[in-house]
Amino acid sequence: MTDPNTLSPLDLETPDKTFLDTNELVINMGPQHPATHGVLRVILRLDGEKVMGLECVIGYLHRGVEKIAENRTYTMFNPYVDRMDYVAAVSNGLGYCEAVEKLLNVEAPPRAQYIRVILTELNRIASHQLWLGTHALDIGAITPLFYTFRDREEILKIFEKYCGARLTTHAFRIGGLQYEAYDGFERDVKNFVSFVKPKIDEYEELLTTNRIWLERTKRVGKISGKDCIALGVTGPVLRASGVKWDLRKAQPYANYKNFEFEIPTGENGDTYDRYIVRMIEMRQSLRIIEQAVEGIPEGPIMAKVPKVIKPPVGEIYHSIEAPKGELGYFIVSDGSTQPYRIRVRPPSFVNLQALDLMCRGQLVADVIAVIGTLDIVLGEVDR
Amino acid sequence: MHGFLQYIQSYLDSDKTPGGAGNIFWATVYILLVFAGLSVAVIAMNWLERKILAHMQVRLGPMRVGPHGLLQPIADAIKLLLKEDIIPAEADALVFWIAPFIVVLAAFTVFVVVPFGPTHAITDMNIGILFMLGVSSLSVLGIVTAGWASNSHYPLIGALRSSAQMVSYEVAMGLAVVSVILMTSLGPEGGTLSMIGIVQAQLAQGEWFIFKFFPLGLVGFFIFAIAMVAETNRAPFDLPEAESELTAGFHTEYSGFRWSLFFLAEYSAMIAVSSIAVTLWLGGWLRPFPNALAGPTWDLVFSLFPGITFLLLAVMCFYNTARMPKHPLFRVQTIGLAGFGVVLGLIGLILFIPAVRVRVTDIYWFAAKVGAFMYLYIWYRGTFPRYRFDQLMKVGWKVLLPTGLVLLILTALVGMRTELWAELQGVWRP
Repeated sequence: MTDPNTLSPLDLETPDKTFLDTNELVINMGPQHPATHGVLRVILRLDGEKVMGLECVIGYLHRGVEKIAENRTYTMFNPYVDRMDYVAAVSNGLGYCEAVEKLLNVEAPPRAQYIRVILTELNRIASHQLWLGTHALDIGAITPLFYTFRDREEILKIFEKYCGARLTTHAFRIGGLQYEAYDGFERDVKNFVSFVKPKIDEYEELLTTNRIWLERTKRVGKISGKDCIALGVTGPVLRASGVKWDLRKAQPYANYKNFEFEIPTGENGDTYDRYIVRMIEMRQSLRIIEQAVEGIPEGPIMAKVPKVIKPPVGEIYHSIEAPKGELGYFIVSDGSTQPYRIRVRPPSFVNLQALDLMCRGQLVADVIAVIGTLDIVLGEVDR
Repeated sequence: MHGFLQYIQSYLDSDKTPGGAGNIFWATVYILLVFAGLSVAVIAMNWLERKILAHMQVRLGPMRVGPHGLLQPIADAIKLLLKEDIIPAEADALVFWIAPFIVVLAAFTVFVVVPFGPTHAITDMNIGILFMLGVSSLSVLGIVTAGWASNSHYPLIGALRSSAQMVSYEVAMGLAVVSVILMTSLGPEGGTLSMIGIVQAQLAQGEWFIFKFFPLGLVGFFIFAIAMVAETNRAPFDLPEAESELTAGFHTEYSGFRWSLFFLAEYSAMIAVSSIAVTLWLGGWLRPFPNALAGPTWDLVFSLFPGITFLLLAVMCFYNTARMPKHPLFRVQTIGLAGFGVVLGLIGLILFIPAVRVRVTDIYWFAAKVGAFMYLYIWYRGTFPRYRFDQLMKVGWKVLLPTGLVLLILTALVGMRTELWAELQGVWRP
């Protein structure tokens, strides 16, 4: 049992109390709570409605994915990674496949890489759409959820046509792709791009200049770029704090250096900036998809990889820019068919650390907004 | 027996409300009618809210229970009545038991003075509007007791929020109401607090108070329209029951019948405050365009509206009957929908009979205006995010309250302008 009164490991300052001489109220939010995005438990210490401090209790969804990896071959472990961040399963697969490829010292052929980029960026849009819907729902706007889910459906349809699965896709294989793009893949993707562009404007119409939305998100859950770096926070949260850091540009992988796109950054590091950054990211992803679908080269889709994957002894850390931030895989190989150890650096888990810092001195309603804006998926936090 | 019939008949040509005429029989009938009408309105509102909200959100809403989900509210009611009535072990059982009744009592009692027509009210109090505001604010008591008696954190926070919210918005609401009462005093009959009197003042002055002293009436109306949403705890001011923060607020621990009482109270409170707004600013039972489209011909045209509305609803039913899937599984639903259409059509035809028409027109216009407010409520819910607690307080105390005060002073000054002018002339030209 966690003692809610222990000092936070970050050693944060306690906010000023309100003028009333009240007792602290300890509230247990979750693990069954509609707004904690799964089974996150947050122990809140409240002075009235003001948050004096909080502590996250995680592990309710722990499935021991990293341990499972030690008893599976490299190929067999591939579908498991989809179950971590299940709303961005394709990104997880990309990170894992590239890490193992790096360990094997092979590279996927260009055609495979283009298709990978298209699917990954589609997945980024799907993930951001889901984030937007649930985040707006937490703040009380119930309608965007249905709009985003309607449009996310189109992406899932493309996934389903491509590999038969909608959510946990297992789309990529070590060394390239299992399936060639189906007939009409390019047409579907192009149709989707032209379909979703006005829809993103539609979401923005509901929210961006909505007075209540502005009041609920501006100056809420502020975090500075320095704090972000100190805590290891990555992804849109880092960029909204003004740090221009995107692994697709900083350490290009999977052919990203061939595409033109911009990295949006915010200034204030508040919830509103994170919202704007993600909205621009969706548009930039569409830009990447447009370029990629125009330039898919012909050629093989699978590199020369042995049937039984037996990487040489060694270790590798490879990270990609998942929709939620830096997703890293650290793989230690002992030369056998099974990894000696896999450690995943999940963006949600690391970003969740910042919750205490972002929520102190704010109100209960802001805690909900901040959990939403961090865009955590508990499957990835607990693994 | 004969005496009793005479007693019943004696009221029929009265120009007073049954309460005003002191006729107990008709007062009882009116009470029952209002209660039944309110229950039907709540059921209809339940269905309409789901359907309208669903269509705003690109989905269909209830479709399974009955044709187009028409029987869904009834199915829900049955479910709620059959559910186990749980009183938590840690709760204060007696207070927990009483709380929903206080809320329902407050929500229903206000309808005693709501004027559906010049004689269509249970009674006409000379302090009608004061009575409505007073009694409707009693529901705070029920909510606070519900939250406290649940003996649990979330309901307690919900109840605290709710009481603070309702108390602060009542102030702004009161100021807007007072500005209307000032306006009534300009008429030939002098100022009044009676609900019927307020509408008759609008009739006598020849304009609805929303257009009076433009834009002062409009501002007052907007203050009230915002405050009434906060008063009924609806989106975007639904913090006491913000499900993403407090699960369900003050009624988290309630289930079954007791929960449905809260639900009933919420919807009838919405109807109650909307009817205050309609009475005070939108001319109550008066038909629209009384000046531009005046005269007996137009009176006749507007009195046909109730019948036409029901006929249109019937046509909608028949249109949807034709669109029903042609499959044996849907036969019962198709017949049911057609039957519903026939019932609506018959009601529409009955409403064309002159004797009925004359009595019903007032009620129709009143209900139509209240219905517009109900639609607004649903629209808000589909559009707005939720305010945070401190922002809600800021809007109430820093925006609505000062605006209301300025409005009150301006209304008084503009209302007295001729007298003031004369006074000033006296000062400057001795």
